[in-house]
Amino acid sequence: MSVITTKSTQPSGLSEFWYYFSRNKGAVVGFGVFLLVLLMAIFAPLIAPHNPILLYEGMQRLPPVWSEKGNPMFLLGTDAVGRDMLSRLIYGTRFSLFIGLVVASLSAVDGVLLGVVAGYFRGRVDTFIMRVMDIILAFPSLLLALVLVAVLGPGLVNAMIAFSIVNQPHFVRLTRAAVISEREKEYVVASRVAGAGTFRLMFKTILPNCMAPLIVQATLAFSAAILDAAALGFLGQGAQPPTPEWGTMLADSREFLQSNPWLVTFPGLCILITVLAINLMGDGLRDALDPKLKRS
Amino acid sequence: MALLDIENLVVEFQTSTGPFRAVDGVSLNVDAGEVLAIVGESGSGKSVSMLAAMGLLPWTAKVTADKMVFDGRNLLGMSASERRKIIGKDMSMIFQEPIASLNPCFTVGFQIEEVLRIHLRLDKAARRKRAIELFEAVGIPNPAERLGHFPHQMSGGQCQRVMIAIAIACNPKLLIADEPTTALDVTIQKQILDLLMRLQTEHRMGLIMITHNMGVVAETADRVIVQYKGRKMEEADVLSLFESPKSDYTRALLAALPENATGDRLPTIGEIFMGAAQ
Amino acid sequence: MTPVLEAKNIVRNYYLPGGLFKKERTVHAVKGVSFTVEQGKTLAIVGESGCGKSTLARIVTMIDPASGGDLFIDGKKVDIAVGDLTPEIRRKVQIVFQNPYGSLNPRKKIGDILMEPLIINTDTPAAERRELAMAMLKKVGLQEVHFNRYPHMFSGGQRQRIAIARALMLNPRLLVLDEPVSALDLSVQAQVLNLLADLQDELNLTYVFISHDLSVVRYMADDVMVMYFGEAVEYGTRDQVFNDPQHNYTKTLFAATPRADVETIKARLARKNAALVAS
Repeated sequence: MSVITTKSTQPSGLSEFWYYFSRNKGAVVGFGVFLLVLLMAIFAPLIAPHNPILLYEGMQRLPPVWSEKGNPMFLLGTDAVGRDMLSRLIYGTRFSLFIGLVVASLSAVDGVLLGVVAGYFRGRVDTFIMRVMDIILAFPSLLLALVLVAVLGPGLVNAMIAFSIVNQPHFVRLTRAAVISEREKEYVVASRVAGAGTFRLMFKTILPNCMAPLIVQATLAFSAAILDAAALGFLGQGAQPPTPEWGTMLADSREFLQSNPWLVTFPGLCILITVLAINLMGDGLRDALDPKLKRS
Repeated sequence: MALLDIENLVVEFQTSTGPFRAVDGVSLNVDAGEVLAIVGESGSGKSVSMLAAMGLLPWTAKVTADKMVFDGRNLLGMSASERRKIIGKDMSMIFQEPIASLNPCFTVGFQIEEVLRIHLRLDKAARRKRAIELFEAVGIPNPAERLGHFPHQMSGGQCQRVMIAIAIACNPKLLIADEPTTALDVTIQKQILDLLMRLQTEHRMGLIMITHNMGVVAETADRVIVQYKGRKMEEADVLSLFESPKSDYTRALLAALPENATGDRLPTIGEIFMGAAQ
Repeated sequence: MTPVLEAKNIVRNYYLPGGLFKKERTVHAVKGVSFTVEQGKTLAIVGESGCGKSTLARIVTMIDPASGGDLFIDGKKVDIAVGDLTPEIRRKVQIVFQNPYGSLNPRKKIGDILMEPLIINTDTPAAERRELAMAMLKKVGLQEVHFNRYPHMFSGGQRQRIAIARALMLNPRLLVLDEPVSALDLSVQAQVLNLLADLQDELNLTYVFISHDLSVVRYMADDVMVMYFGEAVEYGTRDQVFNDPQHNYTKTLFAATPRADVETIKARLARKNAALVAS
């Protein structure tokens, strides 16, 4: 029997992925910023100069250090009750990332499960699941979250549950579409001929091949969750003070927009930069993971 | 003077593992009224070299040649607008997947009239008349009615006929057929090949037939070029190629044909020609 | 000896419900086909697209049920519509598909793809499974180092070998091959055909070989069945069918196949020269 060789110069999956990902400069910048935010969240106790919930008597609403009345002890100034802004922003990364992670994971797991079931079984099960998802999608997401929070009570955990429910339909739709297109492919039939049962076919054969659009959706859900949590916090229904969550910080500082603009600007900038970074990263992920865009 | 004259064509693609040479120094020429077959397996670069001549490669491809001349005009460095005046009119191409090569959103009549409108500047009535003529020439029954059909309403063989009609609409001097019958059934394949040969004889067109099927080569070609991994292995007239092939690769290729099987097992092309393994 | 496969009057109809703009209709994909295959032999089913050969393959492999007729595997009647499909019967028939690029799960390593049938159907312990898979991999001409690679790292011909290996993991009695070499280059086709012939000799396998390529059929088959529009228009030994075709369609098929030999070329060139001289 003749000896066969495969391509010896085949790149590893990771290096090929990086080749396509790095073509998108914005995505690389986004990734870098995200890594920075992640590091800040992990090492917050080491980086932050002060305790974020500690009040400093007489130090309320100090401007940042580069203004004339600034104090070098508080680099970005203090908030309305005398807490250090920089420390609160740094600790705020923890909450934002935590919210994003929990919401994205919960809605992804739930959504994928429902999507696989709907896409695999089709028929009435499919119709029922998709109609329920349509109903959820018909509600403005923030409104639905507010309603849920009103029922369950304000607070970060309840806000996260609310956003997970609201984000689910996107995952369900994506997964269902991917499953429907994959389940007719020959490797699935081959597994069936080998005797694979329903569960094995659904989760071990078909699902791993649907992951690419789901990963992209997960990054988008991540950033959307941060924004939504900030919005809810702004409305006073999300994280409650003294929690240093960026949206809550915005809510506390609303009245000082004219007099002490930095109180509003810095949390707002943090939200903007983090969400933008994750969105850019998600864009790059989509380009890198979509096989149809592969150029070689 | 040759109709199409290409010398030392090199096509390189940018890939994630570095540049990849799909065509490595191929030279060929076709005279008016001649049928040239380019034979090779997948990865031999046979389609890429013709796509390069037509200017249809993506931006990741780098095309260089010592000479690439069609009908006295230099194709290298030609601007896109000048090229558009030639392709579809004097030099046209038909592809392997007939249904996929037609735009699914438009009727076939619209697509063939598009070519007539752009290249021949005919008015609406003249276009319709010519479209019906062309459909008759390629053997589509009920041409007037078919003009209003969409590609998905027609079979593979009929779509290929439509493609051929579009390709010969402006009486091209050279027609390039890239595996035109590979996706078709055997009986339809014969009809399409007969049609192509008839049109070629009637219009004295140059025809380049790209294929991997030696039977098609035997039934259509005047001259044959054998390509392997981007390089030209042999060039000969069709009878000499089959009777006394000079290159080892050609010999191995002919020996691997099941119809030439002498014993219990087919002779396989040896280590030097691990075509599919790379 | 009982034949490995016996089919009597297999019928398969597809019912397409009408919608707002189209009438309902029934497509008769297979219209009463009967054949028998003995152990160690190859039955080739020839036909063009739409003749029902792939539908028949799916029925024989027990992926789809037949609408009518009887299917006997090793003498035992099997009707999956009523749920006759036990794991032992399932193991007896395996299939190799046409498209080497779609028939292997892109997210699984080759070793896992080969071990999957064993995991599902047997209690073989992990170490033994690995050994069996490795042995089969080598039997089809690949190497140990390929065990942990993904399908996209292999060429079309290699993937077909892997598909063949996977089909053989459960030691089936019958292997259905649905155009296994149609998507492959000529040189690779030869390798895969040789492999199939070797395996048939070694393991006394029975093949149902579907193809539209007459030269491959002539090379591989013991018996030949020609299908046209769901019916078997010709059925006999290879020599019978090729030397003395009875049905018109078979004759048309033979006439349409392009011949790659010197005589054909000489005749064509002579015709061409005569035409040129005449004009």
